[in-house]
Amino acid sequence: MLQKNEKRAGTLRAMLAIMVLLLFVIVLENISSWIPGMPAIFSPTSQLFTVLKKGAVYSLVAVSMNLLNGFTGLFSLGQAGFMLLGAYTYAILTVPMAAKDQVYYLYGGSAVKFSLVDAFQSLFGTAGFGGAVSMICAVLVGIVCAGLVAALFAALIGTPVLRLKSDYLAIATLGFAEILRAIFQWQTLGPITNGANMLKSFPTFADFNIKNAAGQVVLRLSTFVPFLLSILCITVIVLLIHSSYGRAFKAIRDDEVAAEAMGISLFKHKMLSFVISSFFSGVGGALFAMYVSNAQAKAFTSTMTYEILLIVVIGGIGSISGSVIGTFLYVACSEWWLRFLDAETYIGSFKVPLLRSGFRMVVFSVVIMIIVLFFSQGIMGEKELTWAGIGGLLKKLKPKKKAASAGKEG
Amino acid sequence: MEQLLSTEYIVSILLSGISLGGQLALIAIGYTMVYGILRLINFAHGDVFMVAGLLGIYISAALPMYIAIPIVIALTIGLGFFIERAAYKPLRSAPRMSVMISAIGVSYLLQNTATYVTGGQPMTYPAINALTKTINICGASTKLVVIITPVLVLVLIALLTTLINHTKIGMAMRAVSKDFETSRLMGIKINNVISMTFVIGSALAVVGSILYFTTYPAITPTAGAMPGLKSFVAAVFGGIGSIPGAVIGAFLIGICETIIKGLPSSWNVSVFSDAFTFALLIVILTCKPTGLFGEKATDKV
Amino acid sequence: MDEKMVLRMEHVTMQFGGVVAVNDLSLDVPEGKIVALIGPNGAGKTTAFNCITGVYQPTNGRVEFMGKTMICSHPTGKMKKNYLGKDAETYANQKIVDPAPDHVVELGIARTFQNIRLWKSMTVFENVLVAKHMRAKQNVFSATFRTNAKEEARMREETMELLKEQGLDQYCDEIATSLPYGLQRRLEIARALATEPKLLLLDEPAAGMNPQETLELAQYIQEIRDTHHLTVFLIEHHMDLVMKISDYIYVIDFGSEIARGVPKEVQHNKRVIEAYLGVAEDE
Repeated sequence: MLQKNEKRAGTLRAMLAIMVLLLFVIVLENISSWIPGMPAIFSPTSQLFTVLKKGAVYSLVAVSMNLLNGFTGLFSLGQAGFMLLGAYTYAILTVPMAAKDQVYYLYGGSAVKFSLVDAFQSLFGTAGFGGAVSMICAVLVGIVCAGLVAALFAALIGTPVLRLKSDYLAIATLGFAEILRAIFQWQTLGPITNGANMLKSFPTFADFNIKNAAGQVVLRLSTFVPFLLSILCITVIVLLIHSSYGRAFKAIRDDEVAAEAMGISLFKHKMLSFVISSFFSGVGGALFAMYVSNAQAKAFTSTMTYEILLIVVIGGIGSISGSVIGTFLYVACSEWWLRFLDAETYIGSFKVPLLRSGFRMVVFSVVIMIIVLFFSQGIMGEKELTWAGIGGLLKKLKPKKKAASAGKEG
Repeated sequence: MEQLLSTEYIVSILLSGISLGGQLALIAIGYTMVYGILRLINFAHGDVFMVAGLLGIYISAALPMYIAIPIVIALTIGLGFFIERAAYKPLRSAPRMSVMISAIGVSYLLQNTATYVTGGQPMTYPAINALTKTINICGASTKLVVIITPVLVLVLIALLTTLINHTKIGMAMRAVSKDFETSRLMGIKINNVISMTFVIGSALAVVGSILYFTTYPAITPTAGAMPGLKSFVAAVFGGIGSIPGAVIGAFLIGICETIIKGLPSSWNVSVFSDAFTFALLIVILTCKPTGLFGEKATDKV
Repeated sequence: MDEKMVLRMEHVTMQFGGVVAVNDLSLDVPEGKIVALIGPNGAGKTTAFNCITGVYQPTNGRVEFMGKTMICSHPTGKMKKNYLGKDAETYANQKIVDPAPDHVVELGIARTFQNIRLWKSMTVFENVLVAKHMRAKQNVFSATFRTNAKEEARMREETMELLKEQGLDQYCDEIATSLPYGLQRRLEIARALATEPKLLLLDEPAAGMNPQETLELAQYIQEIRDTHHLTVFLIEHHMDLVMKISDYIYVIDFGSEIARGVPKEVQHNKRVIEAYLGVAEDE
């Protein structure tokens, strides 16, 4: 009984923490318009918000990849492919009818004579509260469809591919992603996918900013929305991992033969993990399309998969919180903190050597190699961030400070 | 349609297919040998191939070709050797997945470094007269490299096969690829054998890069990734670990790809020239996972 | 013969390439009994187990479980020409039945491994809990969204009960592979019991144990047979253990049966002694 109460308290605390985080994100995003004269970093166009939005989107994809690679032990490199499916599904379903001719101008309009946005607008209206409801519905349904399409393709490709052993599975899924990329760039499918051109004009995160009648932004929610969606999805994945099925996945990762001998159907569970992971990759792809405001097959290369894989490794293979921390560190470094390495810098008349465009990524990849080679456990290893863990860390830090101050006194 | 069926057209397609196949074969050998010994998909191999191309451009700008090529070969071999020692050797006892991740990391590093050095600009390979001269076969005009490639590939493979079948290091390689642990226990110096594999693979990649990039317009930092993956598929197709298998697979993929590219543009299928390779991969893995000449391995329970 | 047979192997042959690892093996395991399969190293005992549990598809033969055909096979493809065993015609016209290992477990056969295979990242408790997964009444949605919390609670309760019964409850939060060897073996048996089997296959349960531990194990095996209403089929090298607890013994060498009988008979069988000690040159 005691254990149960403790568990409930833990769940409550986690929910509270999520609420606080979401509130904090809202405040952070709006503080510059509420209090004038805040530093430039708080302006809605600053790199901070790029990092937060991209981080939220990538977190979800990284966690979904971790579910497969870290928790089920299936080394799949198809993430970019499933993201592509998600991004395109979302974009194709939500480009408003009015914008279709312009988006698909090369093909004389779209073959998909349907848009979720218009469908819901005819139900709830276009302006004011009704307009907001129809937009939210369209986006949500679009995202769920994105996930479902990715999951469907995963189920189709899973049957032949999941029988393969580790590295063959990796190369087969990578190949599958490349095939998808080619199909979506195929001119003949142009009226649906817009060929090699980008799909745009669909609802993005910025459309969630609440505007008044004059068109001025009253409340910014463009960072809050990806956070909310990403947290929702990651919560589901965490629940799955802590369920009986999650334990079965881990058993397969630890020892396939033993798992099978204890009645765990390898194929069924690998397929489940693959399909669920792909579903969330698809959702992640839709969020990615919303983040960059377009969907283009060119973007979903194997380099993108490698990037996500490296994030998972940095965070710790087999740790959800590690993946999330890893994502934000990775995105912050690549988009923000290491930017100075790309700029030619002069100190007085002395030009700092090496610094020019592209140097950031070199430094960055060296850091990644160091992590891969010398800190293969990543940030979290297989552990998770827990309240007890944070408490322990704080306690560890405190005596050090005391010792340091004691040293000063002495 | 008539133009499609003319002898000239067919000959020219076949020729460039064979030539592309030969170039892929030279890279595929590097993959298949490394996989045979370390059970590692060396994702960085395609990028080593790209770096060899870039080195060729930079060095031949300063030195005449006949001096530049040996230097490029030496440098690339050094690079291959260094990658193995720095990125794979420390992980010898780690899980296979870690080594593969390390390979992906190396690939990422090489691509980013190349972007930095070239400034992201596509670079053009210098014209080598002996290779780029145009000749006429069966009415189809083509570059000399198209003829030289298959011949050179066959010669190199003959040399390699002799090395593997008739020298001491070759015997060690065969032993290690059969059973890593036992070979180690029998006193074979594993690290030397592995280094040798990387040296051979890199050297062949240089030759491949010279032949490949003289036919293709430009080198970008990601130029190695796709040929690399295709060569790997070729290696899988032929049965990974088998050199003749890799070569046959490479020729097949090269020819199919040029045929797809050569189909009429109104069909819009040229976008599938890369995808075809991967479709072939998935089909072969599902039907015959060990490839054409691969050996079956069973796990002990 | 009013005894009910739990397991019945008929003419099971397993051939790898040109090597016949199990040759025309037929045996019966009656309900509620402890039956042993013994033989020198490399005699094909574990291979026979793998044929029963669905790890390998036997080249030829039939396995019956609780009176129903569970596995049936005959040589196909290339093997048709290269088959070295007997009785290929008997099953040639029968449908091939080749269940996956997890299906065999579902039918009610659980096993342990010669080289312990516990899940290394999990605690003792989790190792047993995972084995409960197969029989849990749930699907991935009800499990993820906790709509069926009672089922999960039941699984946990039963796991705890089982651990208590096996005397492992004090270790329940320790990582399984950190336990001493003897306890790891016991945990493997507990994990197998969690799948609620009718037949328990033990692959060298006493390997690496000292005589005292072996003695305890013998008692333990008899105990769990009675409390869980099991039939036990085991492979073992320790003759003390085998002779002490077995109701019936099959002896194989080079894949073929060389003797069968109650412990006394087998102990004095000349061929068995030869197989174990080797034949003297001058004989």
